[in-house]
Amino acid sequence: MGECALWGGRIFGLVAPGYAMAKVAAAHIVGDKSERFIGADMSTKLKLMGVDVASIGDAHGNTPGSQSYAYNDDVSQVYKRLVVSDDGKKLLGAVLVGDAEAYGGLLQMMLNSIDLPENPEALILPVLDGEAVPGLGVDSLPDSAVICSCYEVTKGQLQAAVEGGATDMAMIKAETQASTGCGGCAALTKQVVDAELANLGYEVKTDICEHFAYSRKELADIIRVTKIKTFDELLDSHGTGHGCEICKPTAGSILASYWNEYVLKDEHIALQDTNDIYLGNMQKDGTYSVVPRVAGGEITPEKLIVLGEVAKEFDLYTKVTGGQRIDLFGAQLHELPLIWKKLVDAGFETGHAYGKSVRTVKSCVGSTWCRYGVDDSVGLAIEIEDRYKGLRSPHKLKFAVSGCTRECAEAQSKDVGIIATENGWNLYVCGNGGMRPRHTDLLAKDLDKETLIKYIDRFLMFYVRTADRLQRTSVWLENLEGGLTYLKQVVIEDSLGLADELEAEMASNIGNYQCEWKTTIESPEKLKRFSHFINSDQPDSSLAYVVERDQRRPARPEERNDNQIETVELVD
Amino acid sequence: MNWTTVCKQEDLTSGTGLCALHNYEQVAIFYCGRTESLYAISNYDPIGNAYVLSRGLMGSVGEEPVMISPLYKQRYNLETGVCLDDEETKIKTYDVRIENGEVQLAA
Ligand code: SF4
Repeated sequence: MGECALWGGRIFGLVAPGYAMAKVAAAHIVGDKSERFIGADMSTKLKLMGVDVASIGDAHGNTPGSQSYAYNDDVSQVYKRLVVSDDGKKLLGAVLVGDAEAYGGLLQMMLNSIDLPENPEALILPVLDGEAVPGLGVDSLPDSAVICSCYEVTKGQLQAAVEGGATDMAMIKAETQASTGCGGCAALTKQVVDAELANLGYEVKTDICEHFAYSRKELADIIRVTKIKTFDELLDSHGTGHGCEICKPTAGSILASYWNEYVLKDEHIALQDTNDIYLGNMQKDGTYSVVPRVAGGEITPEKLIVLGEVAKEFDLYTKVTGGQRIDLFGAQLHELPLIWKKLVDAGFETGHAYGKSVRTVKSCVGSTWCRYGVDDSVGLAIEIEDRYKGLRSPHKLKFAVSGCTRECAEAQSKDVGIIATENGWNLYVCGNGGMRPRHTDLLAKDLDKETLIKYIDRFLMFYVRTADRLQRTSVWLENLEGGLTYLKQVVIEDSLGLADELEAEMASNIGNYQCEWKTTIESPEKLKRFSHFINSDQPDSSLAYVVERDQRRPARPEERNDNQIETVELVD
Repeated sequence: MNWTTVCKQEDLTSGTGLCALHNYEQVAIFYCGRTESLYAISNYDPIGNAYVLSRGLMGSVGEEPVMISPLYKQRYNLETGVCLDDEETKIKTYDVRIENGEVQLAA
């Protein structure tokens, strides 16, 4: 974007003054002449050729009598300078190169004329372990303090948004636009939000439930580092009580992400939601859906016929899904193993539709048939689906691969999207459809296949390690401090030195893959669970169906004429 | 009290439930190996309107042993049958015991 006018003969060249000018221009266009542009603060934080730089206020010490403090570290290429008033009480300006963490705090100190601490040099000296970080408590800021200068969001507006129910960063961004411009104020915005949450009596804690005083990320670290293999061990060493619907599936998912053992092993079975125990998705009447994997959406006529025959034999409601596979609904518990035996014999595998795990890799037909295709999207989709199938994760994961930039597979709305280019593959991440749709961000361009897969390995395991429970990749990225830039550093530049570990974890997960349905139908012990009653072969007699558009569906209450449904007993 | 055997002790898996047909009623039996406790409640989910409770998760809320409906995740006290998320709702409970390696329900 550019500026609206040449003001006072100078060009600012920054977003914030541009926005301020645009606001004034718009006001004048609609007839409000009271708005005026009176210059703008030139403070800014940028990344120049990969280096963080920031300048605040009178960065050059032009104010008469001003004094300055400087810190220079040639080894890590960090330079910081503070310009203070002649009496040493107020901050006039600052320069930060190589490490601009302090930008938000210093800017507020300057804008609001907050008194400097006794030893101002502490504001730019490196923090040694154990020392408190000097800085400014957000409580000392007036409500009128502008926290986000791109969108002119004040501390008071942020507080009002929190009071109005926006209790996390994603909601704050949606509500106020704060930190959606240059992002320089993200850390400070979060401090204001957390402080306000605390003021309102919200306990800002990240415990996942009453049984564990840890966040999901902390539990994942504990399990990974201590090599805990079961929920009982975890509960005995780090928890209390007997668990619940939150911590049990969470622990089950983390254990599976790292060790990938058969989910129906005796020590894991009690952790699973019903969907995972019966390897199907429970529907509203207690029956299950059957979803075999159709990698990349490619299926032979023979296999399609098998699906049709099985659906016909068990009278299953049949529907094609958005993930390019086929859902069969209405299977009762005792029918599940019979159905899966036929499917496994015909070469199908479980589709993991029941798990919080990698679901589908959608693809367009790509260069093999399409006139425009530049690469084989179906081949890559199948390869990737086979690689990551069954990977348990904090939330479900959907992928897609398009054969050219026309993007027929809608890869830019997926957790991982890949698009063929003339020079290789573009990798997009952190999109989703659903309740709050989000487009992906481009993570890396023109990759060869080997690099592409390496980056996806790292990206997925980093997400598995650090995301919250039921946090999709989109929300995870929005809450990740440093955002996309940071993610690129971790995945591409290996800034945390974790890449080898993440790749090794993925390799071990892939090495332990098994089709859970194949394992289950081969185990008479496990098959005992697949019966409605432990002491009778009868099915559940309460199920009732009606036919609609040539297929059956569960009867609605008013369509049932039996009296088998028990009435609710009320407390006396 | 008359007791009827519905299954063997070895059929129980700690932390999970199973369903027995008992006097034409569906009964969900839950077993917690950590505390060696056994519970029996109706298998009917009065909020989801389906016979599914035996397939829910077990857990605890404070000191109360609970099971969580697999359909809409309401929690029920396994001893009293009272729903923790809607105190108006209470499900039937049954007397249950283990005798000589057999799981028995009171007639
Ligand atoms: S994305 Fe490109 S290659 Fe794929 S179907 Fe569309 S036009 Fe063809």
